[in-house]
Amino acid sequence: MENTEAIGEPLKLVLYIAGQTPKSVAAIENLERICASTPGRYAVEVIDLKASPQLAREHNIVAIPTLVRQLPVPIRKIIGDLSDKEKVLVHLKIGN
Amino acid sequence: MNDLIEIKKSPTGIEGFDELTLGGLPTGRPTLVCGSAGCGKTLFASTFLLNGAREFDEPGLFVTFEERPVDIVSNVASLGFGMDDLIAEGKIQIEHIAVDPAELAEIGDYDLEGLFLRLELAIDEIGAKRIVLDTIESLFSAFTNPAILRAEIRRLFDWLKDKGMTTVITGERGDGSLTRQGLEEYVSDCVLLLDHRVYNQISTRRLRIVKYRGTAHGTNEYPFLIDSDGFSVLPVSSLGLNHKVSEERIRSGVPDLDDMLVGGGFYRGSSILVSGVAGSGKSSLSACFAAAACEAGERALYFSFEESSDQTVRNMRSIGVDLKPWMDQGLFRHIAARPTFYSLEMHLAVMLREVTRFKPSLVLVDPISAFIGNADQLEVQAMMLRMVDFLKARGVTGVFTHLTHGQGEAVETDVGLSSLMDAWILLLNRESSGEFNRELYLLKARGTAHSNQVREFVLSNDGIKLVRPYIGEGRALTGSARRIQEAQDRRREFERAADAERKQAEISQRRQRVKAEIDALNAELEADELELGRIRQNEEVYEAQAERDRLLIEQSRRA
Repeated sequence: MENTEAIGEPLKLVLYIAGQTPKSVAAIENLERICASTPGRYAVEVIDLKASPQLAREHNIVAIPTLVRQLPVPIRKIIGDLSDKEKVLVHLKIGN
Repeated sequence: MNDLIEIKKSPTGIEGFDELTLGGLPTGRPTLVCGSAGCGKTLFASTFLLNGAREFDEPGLFVTFEERPVDIVSNVASLGFGMDDLIAEGKIQIEHIAVDPAELAEIGDYDLEGLFLRLELAIDEIGAKRIVLDTIESLFSAFTNPAILRAEIRRLFDWLKDKGMTTVITGERGDGSLTRQGLEEYVSDCVLLLDHRVYNQISTRRLRIVKYRGTAHGTNEYPFLIDSDGFSVLPVSSLGLNHKVSEERIRSGVPDLDDMLVGGGFYRGSSILVSGVAGSGKSSLSACFAAAACEAGERALYFSFEESSDQTVRNMRSIGVDLKPWMDQGLFRHIAARPTFYSLEMHLAVMLREVTRFKPSLVLVDPISAFIGNADQLEVQAMMLRMVDFLKARGVTGVFTHLTHGQGEAVETDVGLSSLMDAWILLLNRESSGEFNRELYLLKARGTAHSNQVREFVLSNDGIKLVRPYIGEGRALTGSARRIQEAQDRRREFERAADAERKQAEISQRRQRVKAEIDALNAELEADELELGRIRQNEEVYEAQAERDRLLIEQSRRA
């Protein structure tokens, strides 16, 4: 049930990084691992703020890396390298 | 000699502060401004930024972690800063860094590179030279990992220094430390402490430079003021007794008073105390001084702690002193404030600031006794000393009124002011035979011979007049008593004159009478002498006849 719903409406995630720092790289790897476990559930976009810093202002990003769940609303933000997979999943579900 | 380059300083444009720090805040370095809530940290920071953009051509970035940009614009709008215009011109930018802990989860390691990127972007956009972080401590409530945060804040300050940004960081006062989160450990160059203290229900704002590395600075607490002119620090320092003196005399506006002083009038730059009981005419006399200064084309500044400006103007019109035209011409300025409005030191500071701004040649303080209710005498005395020194150093004449309560023979002022003053005019209001009469004594006038006699002080429609009292019978009389005595004297004089005239007339009549008698007797004498002559003549005729007859008889007998 939950699975079909998720597949029909993938969670829209945006990961903000700033260049290829160890933390950013770790965050990308961790997020990829999470997505790989449930394919199709997540639509992920990675934004490098080093390249477009004005997006940090527009999207109000302070910490790096930041993972933002844009859909469904409300917006959720997770900061850090996402090293704890279970915790990430819990936070992505909250409010859904 | 060492030729170390002095620390470069960026002026803040805050009145008084740049003088105090000999130039402003350290250029390219962070300054921490800390203090409790509501003590003016944000205002200090925004004034620094706005003045930089407006006057020193240094664009500024305002980074707010708490208030929204619209709030910041409207906060300073009330102080006459057109922040909107500066933003439109690209001289000021506000960067709102909002972090809501509720929507944030921390999983794993992170840094604040996003903040750095945003600041860099904003700095580059306007070419900022100055930056304000208000207040960075908010981050501590948003992020739960203090170790990361501290490392990042340290990195931020280093980064700002590298970029050569003159930075102001605000921080809330914590228990036992300058700021709650110990921000002072990151800022080692300049730390300012703003304070807001309440004493006797009167609050005073004070600023102290806790630390300013590599430069001389004042270490005292200085009162500062937030009013419609923005933020101003008011350094109050005691000046020495090395002021120049003037030989020039000034008019007091009461010609009779000037005449009491040999040479005519008081010295310019002297301090004049006018003391007296309620209703003895202190304010009126002060107003005369003010009007006289304005007539001479000079400026007069009147600090009133009892009457409003309109009230003073109206009341002084009743004695023929119209201050309104002078006020309109900008020669006369009247500043009214209740003594309880500020603390003593703040009053002093405000007065000094106004004197500096208005540059008067005459300052009137009416009355200084108003302060005694709010502070102890020593403080008032110290304040007056500073005021007097300040005025003397500028060659400004000071007229201070003082309300006394008793008017016994021992005349003393409550604040021991007499020694500070060069001249002392004592006004009395004496009751005698059912009426009060004002009297004026010139108790002292340093360096001027003066009359030691009492004068009757008469307020009339056309100014103040000093009337010489009735002197005689070992006492001086004033008012009706003087007039009665004068009338009596006139009457007595008249009677005496009439009496003398009558006596003169009597004597001259008597003399005439005697003269007439003498004339009569003389006439009698003359008549008697005539008679006597006639008798003698007759006798001779008779004797000759008798001789002739005897000869005839002899002849006849012989014959």
